[in-house]
Amino acid sequence: MAGQILYCHCAYARVVPPETKTAVLEGLLRQDVEFQAVPDLCEMAARGDARLGELAAGGPLRIAACYPRAVKWLFASAGVELGDADAAVCNMRTDTAERVLDRLLAGEEP
Amino acid sequence: MTAISPSTVRVIVADGSAAAGQLDAVRALLEKGYAVSRVRSTPAAAGPDDVLLGSDLLPETEPASVLAALGRLRSDRGLPEGGAWKPWFPVIDYTRCTNCMQCLSFCLFEVYGVSGDKKIQVQNQSNCKTECPACSRVCPEVAIMFPKYRHGPINGEPVNEDDIRREAMKVDISALLGGDVYAMLRDRSARAKSRFSKERDDERALKERQTCLATLRQSLDVPAEVLAALPSPDEIRAKAEAAAVRAAAAVQQATETERHGDRNL
Repeated sequence: MAGQILYCHCAYARVVPPETKTAVLEGLLRQDVEFQAVPDLCEMAARGDARLGELAAGGPLRIAACYPRAVKWLFASAGVELGDADAAVCNMRTDTAERVLDRLLAGEEP
Repeated sequence: MTAISPSTVRVIVADGSAAAGQLDAVRALLEKGYAVSRVRSTPAAAGPDDVLLGSDLLPETEPASVLAALGRLRSDRGLPEGGAWKPWFPVIDYTRCTNCMQCLSFCLFEVYGVSGDKKIQVQNQSNCKTECPACSRVCPEVAIMFPKYRHGPINGEPVNEDDIRREAMKVDISALLGGDVYAMLRDRSARAKSRFSKERDDERALKERQTCLATLRQSLDVPAEVLAALPSPDEIRAKAEAAAVRAAAAVQQATETERHGDRNL
């Protein structure tokens, strides 16, 4: 699935292993790909940040964050519907950085 | 209530700029609350909260200088510092929620409210007490998540049958504490007062209170700081009663709306 890549840094909690976050971010920076990185999706959802709607409207999303159920309903809490077909969520709390990067970069042209 | 900023300042980093591949620079921006867009070419137009790295607005590329310049920019625009509020609040999974309003009845901090179409919703996120997941414990449908919580399914893990059984056991506060949680607090408080007056034993009353709070802490995973900050028993009773009235009214209105809809079919 080509489309946008969104990386959540989960900046205000320690629930995502720091080494996974670092490796995913570093992997994205090493690749010649465009991506959006946000400090914390929870904070943006609480504020109803308009960027969430822009991201959802900008085509299929591949998201590096936490549990897909949480991410889907975080977007919904900000009034943004995230259809299963429009978004693939990679879970940095449970998956390895390699697996997350593989899924994020799948379909990207160098 | 914590002030929440209306938008996130985004730093646009184009390929070829000095910071494009710098992990430390991008990480520092994210940790200070700035969004970062890595793009292949400089965009023709940017949004009002976008700042292009290397532009007149942000000519610096050294991380420390970039952060200092962004700090000035944020201050000029009246935006708060990133991280001023830890984003801890409940998120409702509406595929599980049955609109029973137990969360609204339970929460003493008015985090929950009811939408125009009588659905439960989280309305005051910043009222929520950091690290307190207690409302998710009383949800009979395991529909309330706290994405930054340590354990599943409250953290958003898929819900399985074992979770439902386990949460149902935790929901059974009556069995555990001998009444609803507010009634228990009131009774304990009254009993402690009574003992205090009869026995003049303030140490025993204090111990009683500590035991009661420890039970609450363990059963609902409520942080000690939240329990310490609870209002007085009278205020708790008033808040709980007000919330129960709001919840009952919302349920009744939702039921009537449903009935009215059925009649119109």
